[in-house]
Amino acid sequence: MSHIAIKVENVSKLYRLGQVGTGTLKNDLNRFWHKVRGKEDPYLKIGQTNDRTKKAESEFAWALKDINFEVKQGEALGIIGRNGAGKSTLLKILSKITSPTTGQIHINGRIASLLEVGTGFHPELSGKENIFMNGAILGMKKWEIQQKFDEIVDFAGVEAYVDTPVKRYSSGMIVRLGFAVAAHLEPEILIVDEVLAVGDAEFQKKCIGKMQDVSTNQGRTVLFVSHNMPSIKSLCSTAIILDNGHISQTGDVDEVVKKYLSINLEKTYGDIVYVSNKHRRARYTREIEFISVSLQEALYENCYATNLPIKLKAVLKSNLILKKFRVSGSIYSEDSTRIGVFFSNHIEQPVKEGEEISIMIEIVSHNLAKGNYYFSLSLGNGDESTGNVEYDIIYEVIGFKITHKNDINTPIVKWNSDFGSISFQANCKKIDAE
Amino acid sequence: MQQENNQNNSDWTEIIKPQKSLFDLRLKDVWNYKDLLFMFVKRDFVANYKQTILGPLWFIIQPVLTTLMYTIVFGNFAKISTNGQPKILFYLAGVTIWNYFSDTFNRTSSVFTSNANIFGKVYFPRLIVPLSIIVSGLIRFSIQFTLFMSFLIYYLTQSNEIVHPNVYILLTPLLLLLMAGLALGAGMIISSMTTKYRDFTYLVSFGVTLLMYATPVIYPIEFLPQKYKNIIMLNPLSGIVETFRYAWLGTGSFSWQLLGYSSCFVIMLLMFGIIIFNKVEKNFMDTV
Repeated sequence: MSHIAIKVENVSKLYRLGQVGTGTLKNDLNRFWHKVRGKEDPYLKIGQTNDRTKKAESEFAWALKDINFEVKQGEALGIIGRNGAGKSTLLKILSKITSPTTGQIHINGRIASLLEVGTGFHPELSGKENIFMNGAILGMKKWEIQQKFDEIVDFAGVEAYVDTPVKRYSSGMIVRLGFAVAAHLEPEILIVDEVLAVGDAEFQKKCIGKMQDVSTNQGRTVLFVSHNMPSIKSLCSTAIILDNGHISQTGDVDEVVKKYLSINLEKTYGDIVYVSNKHRRARYTREIEFISVSLQEALYENCYATNLPIKLKAVLKSNLILKKFRVSGSIYSEDSTRIGVFFSNHIEQPVKEGEEISIMIEIVSHNLAKGNYYFSLSLGNGDESTGNVEYDIIYEVIGFKITHKNDINTPIVKWNSDFGSISFQANCKKIDAE
Repeated sequence: MQQENNQNNSDWTEIIKPQKSLFDLRLKDVWNYKDLLFMFVKRDFVANYKQTILGPLWFIIQPVLTTLMYTIVFGNFAKISTNGQPKILFYLAGVTIWNYFSDTFNRTSSVFTSNANIFGKVYFPRLIVPLSIIVSGLIRFSIQFTLFMSFLIYYLTQSNEIVHPNVYILLTPLLLLLMAGLALGAGMIISSMTTKYRDFTYLVSFGVTLLMYATPVIYPIEFLPQKYKNIIMLNPLSGIVETFRYAWLGTGSFSWQLLGYSSCFVIMLLMFGIIIFNKVEKNFMDTV
């Protein structure tokens, strides 16, 4: 029977919204007075969720509400969720930086949390001194650091700079050094929060590898928060989704990740999508803008086949007199990986101000494999020689599916989720030997 | 079933709960992190004087200049009595012991706000930081004390028995302990309050200066009219500074009552400080 490393029971965390410091002395005294008399906190309204899109009714919000889960020893648990879902708060509570408002957490084993790399680095101190400083902050004993010093320096790849003040380091070197120290901690439980987002690809790979080693080969427990689904999938065996401070899904990592991505995509499927500002990520000049987008000539619903073109109709409105424009777009797979980009030819028909026009985009011979995808689209003008201008960009606007069912060449094997996103067309024939 | 649950409870290495008892200091935890304490002390010294030419000499220059200034302004201009003692020695004694308090207090009173970035990312017993300030202050003190000693020895060899170090110098460690306790206690209270109300930062910066004038640092306590003397005696620092000067210079007065009062005050303040600090350290990240 495997033992439980972390047991979280009914943990909730209440945060105060707005400013903390203005005119609160009165409220604090009032609150204190209620507390002394054993009465309920007058400023605390129970039962509010932390939905940040709506205006809060009270000054307080639950960042976490009734969280319950268990992590077994040697298990790697991924925690996913949108920004503000409460992931970081949960990690902060687990690493004793702040305490829960209610509930209890039982922990079995030494815990080390890596919410940031290089905490406590002092710019004036040398790399060597900072290794000792950072190690001590993370709870290592001096002899432990001494023992692993060479390994740490080696992992970070900063041999030549050990005696140089850290302020002369490049930012990449600082991050590498920080992670190297943390990676050589030997806690029973390791908590990691998106620190990998900072390094380059090679370094990220190294980190994931190190964490995999820690969890599978050394049998330690790992809690990992990330927005990067591939790294969650490669590192963790189970996962939970946090949504507005609740756990909305828990279980096997593949299922949970799939569920999480489909929550995000649900909004983008549909017959016709009317474009609104939620699709835009900035204020664009919008000389010409998207009004609506719809899929055309799908096999059924929003399904296309690998060998058939994907057709997309867009209704546009011009706000100026435009001589010409072009459409470009990206196709993303379900896990937010950009599969590819297309640029249309310029449409050289002048449009009048205020005129609405429809265009048809046809993506031919895409060879996309079975799976779920979505579009981001852009209206622009110009090419490499003249320079590009983008008038309007809409993200994650409409999704579609690719099926193999209508394929002329019936697929020989069942398409696996880890086969990738492109189904290459290959011919094979016998040739005469020379 | 209940029995089993209890047994299980003792198996956990750690239980995180919303509240903990007021006096749970986790001293064992502090002991485990003692290496960190020394790292902080070391960082203080190394980092402070990197890229300075004079380096640690600044520890000495600062009290020397202060003493010179006091000698000129208070001694020569204002002609405040130094009880027949050499002015430089009189002021230096005051400055040396006072600096230990003011440095330590100043720095402990901003522990939470100035370390928020570290505290927000990693757990370690927060008490480590104020303790490290006490220790690094002690090192500074010993450097400045050496300076004081050299002046003392000079006057002892030079002149005709104005300076009389006596057996009370054995109390010096106790005096330092009291100073440390006072700075730690008051510093912890202030730093806990500053997490919510920044007003205290302003209060501290001139408060310390004002407090110095309310402590017999630049004047002997006998020099005061009786009604002021009583007020000044209420200041727990007075007993400590007076005793220090009495022990090393043989000037002024010594009373066990005054020192006893200071000690009681320090113990109370320290307990109060620890309670508040303990309460605040758990959730200060939410308000800082």
